[in-house]
Amino acid sequence: MKPLGREEPAGANAATPTWQLRLYIAGQTPKSIAAFANLTRLCEEHLPGRYSIEVIDLMLHPQLAAGDQIVAIPTLVRKLPEPLRRIVGDLSNTERTLVGLQLRSTPASREQGGIW
Amino acid sequence: MTQIDHQQTSNNPGFAKAPTGIQGLDEITGGGLPRGRPTLVCGGAGCGKTLLAMEFLVRGATQFGEPGVFMSFEESATELTQNVRSLGFDLDDLVQKKMLAIDFVRVERNEIEETGEYDLEGLFVRLNFAIDSIGAKRVVLDTIETLFGGLSNVSILRGELRRLFRWLKDKGVTAVITGESGDGALTRHSLEEYVSDCVIVLDHRVTEQMSTRRLRIVKYRGTSHETNEYPFLIDADGISVLPVTSLGLQHTASTTRISSGIPRLDAMLGGDGYFRGSTVLMSGTAGSGKSSIAAHFVAAACQRGERCLYFAFEESPGQILRNMRSIGIDLEPWMQQGLLHFHASRAAIHGLEMHLATIHKLVRKFQPRVVVMDPVGSLTSVGTSQDANVMLTRLIDFLKMQGITAMLTSLTSGDAALEQTSTNVSMLVDTWLLLRDLELDGERNRVMYVLKSRGMAHSNQLREFLLTDQGVELQNVYLGAEGVLTGSARQTREATEKAARLLRHQEVEAKQRERVLKREAQEARIIALQKEFEAEEEVAKRDIDQEQSREETNRQDRDRMGISRQGDKVLKEAEPSARSHETPRSRK
Repeated sequence: MKPLGREEPAGANAATPTWQLRLYIAGQTPKSIAAFANLTRLCEEHLPGRYSIEVIDLMLHPQLAAGDQIVAIPTLVRKLPEPLRRIVGDLSNTERTLVGLQLRSTPASREQGGIW
Repeated sequence: MTQIDHQQTSNNPGFAKAPTGIQGLDEITGGGLPRGRPTLVCGGAGCGKTLLAMEFLVRGATQFGEPGVFMSFEESATELTQNVRSLGFDLDDLVQKKMLAIDFVRVERNEIEETGEYDLEGLFVRLNFAIDSIGAKRVVLDTIETLFGGLSNVSILRGELRRLFRWLKDKGVTAVITGESGDGALTRHSLEEYVSDCVIVLDHRVTEQMSTRRLRIVKYRGTSHETNEYPFLIDADGISVLPVTSLGLQHTASTTRISSGIPRLDAMLGGDGYFRGSTVLMSGTAGSGKSSIAAHFVAAACQRGERCLYFAFEESPGQILRNMRSIGIDLEPWMQQGLLHFHASRAAIHGLEMHLATIHKLVRKFQPRVVVMDPVGSLTSVGTSQDANVMLTRLIDFLKMQGITAMLTSLTSGDAALEQTSTNVSMLVDTWLLLRDLELDGERNRVMYVLKSRGMAHSNQLREFLLTDQGVELQNVYLGAEGVLTGSARQTREATEKAARLLRHQEVEAKQRERVLKREAQEARIIALQKEFEAEEEVAKRDIDQEQSREETNRQDRDRMGISRQGDKVLKEAEPSARSHETPRSRK
């Protein structure tokens, strides 16, 4: 919780634009670990001091899965700012993650499935 | 695939099944869905997949005490609850009783971004949690293919679905997975590749503006199953599949006879009427009295205290009651007593299957001993005659299995051959009465004959019958040069015979009188002769007496003479007869 503004494109100079992120995992799997690592790196890079990450392990709290409509694991849910966004996967594709978090405007070519 | 074929051929009798409780489906599947395994239910939009799946859960919870989880990918719990309320399923109540858990899984593509590797562990967790929370034995995944719309990585999805179905099996739950059928394939995303234990296809077809739902079991591993298409319907009681599978020629034949309600018709049928459980077809031209004879049969059945179900496809119950009252048959009391039930509907309002299903349902509900369908021919207006034929075969078989005596009437159109019915059911029926109009000497008369009647010595006589105030009356038979005399010709003949009879009668009377006179004369003569004889007898008797007394006197004289001569001992006692008095003399 260190409000520290850096050179950010959108609404960076606001006082407390806290990003509430929630990462759903199911046990300490390689994908979960990778996702968490990727997320923290990305936040540090783009949202330093303006984010909070809550990690929910569904193995321990299975009842929490339905609330956020979790199907895939890992899933990152952007609770704040609105609107709610979901990013599934281990967040290894930084570009796509940034788009998903709306930290970067949508690229012109967004062909779904073409990358896979 | 070869493995599947192997397993299909070897039918394991100990294969555990989970009954669905859905009317008819358990009969087709031989007991239900494979227990502890997933079943795929696929079909086009609006064919009833969700409902079938839901009914599987609800019946499981209410009838078999097996809690179930409904995982919906398309409709929310509230929507589902509302949708099935009209079928009498109270989901809220079941949820409260912990017999049902509903989890709505919503996957919106525009809310989701995908980056890198992922799996569907979240779905597993949710499902597992739902199953464990109520101890579910049954699981429904309603159109899991929706996931393909929400997530784009097909290879991951495929792998995960395969894992999911495996996991369901390991979990030991009986699962129903629904899938939408796509172009030529059973499901759009080939779910059938993963769910290979049991595949049921639903279909909703419209032919000639009539929609029909059909169900077919494409595959059922480890069990023999019916492969035909079965019509099913969705109504206020949920799904009912027509259990045409249990048909066949296994019905027992009763030897009990029941009256047709017309004594002289019974006489034509070997004396006792129809066999119980047989099917009677009555065909005839318009206005030949089919409904009237059917009404007699109905009245007779009700009189015996049997329940009777009357399907009217052309007239309303009120009209039938009125018309039958005009020939002296009052069916209304039977209706009030609950012995007679009318089901009147135009043939054209439903498709054939719907009719068949309605009949099935009513028969099961009302449990009649006698069913009348008046007329069956109108059903051909609904479907093709081939369809109608198939339907009637099913219907007749069904009724026979239940031991219900059925009377079908069929209208023969004027130009068609008489011995042909519009529905060609003749080979299915046991007794066929043919009614026809006979045009002769400028009038039209009704005649009937028994075209066939299996298993009884029936009359081959063409009989005229009248519709009177007291109902149908079979007339006496008068044969003329052209055959049976009917109408005026018969009456003329009857009058002639009456006159002749009168004449004969008079002659007989005259002869009778003559005979009496003759007898009297004879008797007088006999008396005279008798008197004469008596007189003669009297004379003869007198002569004999005289002779006897003379002989006695002679003997006494001889004895006295003997004594006086002392030539012999005096006999102590006088001999009673002439013969015995010789004896002492010969002894000496």
